[in-house]
Amino acid sequence: MYDKPRFLLAGDRGLLVEFGGAIDPEINRKVRQIFLSLEKTPIDGVTEAIPTYRSILVFYDPFRIHLETLKKEILDRESEPDKWETPPPETIDIQVAYGGDFGPDLEFVAHHNKLTVEEVIQIHTSGTYLIYMLGFTPGFPFLGGLSEKIFAPRLEEPRLVVPAGSVGIANNQTGIYPLDSPGGWRLIGKTPIRLYDPTGSPPILLKAGNYLRFKRISREDFHEIAKRYED
Amino acid sequence: MDIFEVIRPGAHTTVQDGGRFGFQQFGIPVCGVVDPFAYRVANALVGNRKGEAVLEATILGPTLKALNQGLIAVTGGNLSPLLNNTLLPMWESVAVHPEDILQFKGVRTGCRAYISVAGGIDVPIVMGSRSTYVAGKIGGVDGRPLAAGDRLNKGEGTGKAGMHLSPDLIPNYPDHIEIRVILGPQDDYFSDGIEKLFSSPFKVSAKADRMGYRLEGNPVPHKGGVDKSIISEPSVPGGIQVPPDGQPIILLVEQTVGGYTKIATVISPDIGKVGQAKPGNRIHFRQVDLDESHRILNTEEEKIESIKMSLM
Repeated sequence: MYDKPRFLLAGDRGLLVEFGGAIDPEINRKVRQIFLSLEKTPIDGVTEAIPTYRSILVFYDPFRIHLETLKKEILDRESEPDKWETPPPETIDIQVAYGGDFGPDLEFVAHHNKLTVEEVIQIHTSGTYLIYMLGFTPGFPFLGGLSEKIFAPRLEEPRLVVPAGSVGIANNQTGIYPLDSPGGWRLIGKTPIRLYDPTGSPPILLKAGNYLRFKRISREDFHEIAKRYED
Repeated sequence: MDIFEVIRPGAHTTVQDGGRFGFQQFGIPVCGVVDPFAYRVANALVGNRKGEAVLEATILGPTLKALNQGLIAVTGGNLSPLLNNTLLPMWESVAVHPEDILQFKGVRTGCRAYISVAGGIDVPIVMGSRSTYVAGKIGGVDGRPLAAGDRLNKGEGTGKAGMHLSPDLIPNYPDHIEIRVILGPQDDYFSDGIEKLFSSPFKVSAKADRMGYRLEGNPVPHKGGVDKSIISEPSVPGGIQVPPDGQPIILLVEQTVGGYTKIATVISPDIGKVGQAKPGNRIHFRQVDLDESHRILNTEEEKIESIKMSLM
């Protein structure tokens, strides 16, 4: 964590506010604090803000707010964090049916780490993962907190289509594909929970700064939950 | 009301408006038109006032059959538009009638043409916008580029034919362009590289689309002893990424996150110029400071507002 945030120019209407130089829960906590303050009490002239691992990208309208005023507002908020009464982060459970055609790489991950399939599932479901940010595809979570006992390299040849809901591992990261897309992560299971529902409210289930846990379910439960979305 | 049937979709024709704002924190990029000047004039010409959706055609334009009376305008890059096999004047509002055929013979200048319709192209609004986001499968027609057989609806419009943009205001989209940039956010990862960015032009490669423009030229080296990548962070339209090979990529409107250093960012009035460049064109970067960029932005906004007033 830096002593004071760094301000970096991102074009004629963007300001990158950087709070630290690492992927670190403490730095991200600061990101969440300032970001939520911007949502709760917007700064006039700020058009949109995006929280990231260790920074906030702030878009502003230079005709409505001067850059120096914007920087000062953010510094004020940063120096008085308690004033903003940040609510505690939420933890959301994501139900996952592991293995089989839902998780075709589960055995690879087990073999790669000299574990049994059961041990991989046990380790994956025992973690609490920080949602550092969303991106890449709509609602795709960049998660921190994967146990190094189940790290696994990416596929050498990415799959052309990874089905929506697939849960995967790539090196030190684990994540969920919100929609059908190409991808090179090792797939270990699948969730029936919809992370991305364009016409839903909200359209994106997850929010940066919150936490996520994986809960093991059976294939029967999977289909039961999946059916609820259709009703 | 039906306005067009798509006979041939062209290379990459999508429904776009001014963009989808407020959802970038969830990983949804702004999308929208790449060339806002051509888009805003296209709407003004046909009397649209509310950020209506238009068609954005790329290099190879579509072939469209009119199904009803309507008022259209074609702006942006000159892809040689024809109405019933007769040259269609660009930057001008023109009436169309049932069975009329609008087609494009081939690119002459620029890269992207905008087809506006009085009342706007009417597709469902998703997350506040009609813009197509192909990777997210939303907006436009079923979240994808147009396909043969699609039918497009329009809203209620009130414009009149014969409105045109003063010829001296029509951009000519040259093959060599100057693009103004502000250094940052990661210019501190470079030293000699900054001079390299400005000293010689870059060629637009074949890898150029709404996500980004990959350029080719004298490599832009990183400073010795620094990482060549950063912790992934959101992309800004206009951000100029420099991967380890030193060949810059200008990020555009359908990009979300990236982990490469961004040496500089294109000022917003020049992003449309990038989007009108096509493979083989040359880009020369020029540095401006923030104050100058805001003066340029102000001049650009005043220009567009005065055009809109003159077309009311």
